[in-house]
Amino acid sequence: MIDAKDREIIEALQGGLPLMPAPYARVAERLGMDEDALLFRLAELKSRGVIRRIAAAPNHYKLGMTSNGMTVWDVQNDRVTELGTQIGALPFVTHCYERPRALPDWPYNLFAMVHGADRDEVEEKRAEITAILGDACRAKDILYSTRILKKTGLRLKAKG
Amino acid sequence: MRLDETDRAILNRMQDDLPLIPHPYAAIATELGIPESELLHRLSRMKEERIITRFGPFFDAAAMGGAFCLCAMAVPVENFETVLTKVNAHAEVAHNYERTHRLNMWFVLATETPEGIEATADAIERETGIEVLRFPKLQEFFIGFRVAA
Repeated sequence: MIDAKDREIIEALQGGLPLMPAPYARVAERLGMDEDALLFRLAELKSRGVIRRIAAAPNHYKLGMTSNGMTVWDVQNDRVTELGTQIGALPFVTHCYERPRALPDWPYNLFAMVHGADRDEVEEKRAEITAILGDACRAKDILYSTRILKKTGLRLKAKG
Repeated sequence: MRLDETDRAILNRMQDDLPLIPHPYAAIATELGIPESELLHRLSRMKEERIITRFGPFFDAAAMGGAFCLCAMAVPVENFETVLTKVNAHAEVAHNYERTHRLNMWFVLATETPEGIEATADAIERETGIEVLRFPKLQEFFIGFRVAA
């Protein structure tokens, strides 16, 4: 869990880290705290997994990765951990999760996001996944994204 | 905007974790063999051009006591925009994508409490009259989110 000070820090940083030589000094000043104290708090948030990493989120579309396929698979329950680990390690898979099925409409329990320059490239990569899953996979599908409808990331609601 | 080799090297490096130190950009610039001012200038430009959508800490709602959930809806094409407006009006909807399937709207809910997921998904069902299928993660097979620039 997070306390009120952590919350202030998260709110101050959710828009991003300032692009200037001493970014934490600037954020600390805004929060009325010392830079050292801020860095200490951030290190603690990181060790607890509240902050996963401090990094850039690239825009796939602008990088020419215009095709994005959510590949979905119905994998035998007793093999999903072993196979999910293998699929998650593929260099072209950016996210890989086991999720519950929604029967009868949705038999798929393994989701792997694949990006490529076009659909042919995504299909080639998908064929590699098909080969790895082999007999353990009973059904599969791919859902291409045709439009980004919203992308804001996590936003804390202002609390009084 | 065209990316040159230096931009690509920066973009690749900046997708990895930045050190938690007072002058993180100086450290990265040294690694890449360029002046700090040039790194900051190029980063600012890539952000302005939206090649980088965001730069900073990635927070995990679950570790803060909150939750994420992937949700999907089968939205009739003729009502798509109306439903979209209602769904996106919820601040808890963090990402939303149109996809090629009968289930054609896929979004992620990010809430500050686990109960918030059910409350928001139920509210969307009430407002739109369309079932919201919920696909919380059971296991994450996470290696790293990287795009080679």
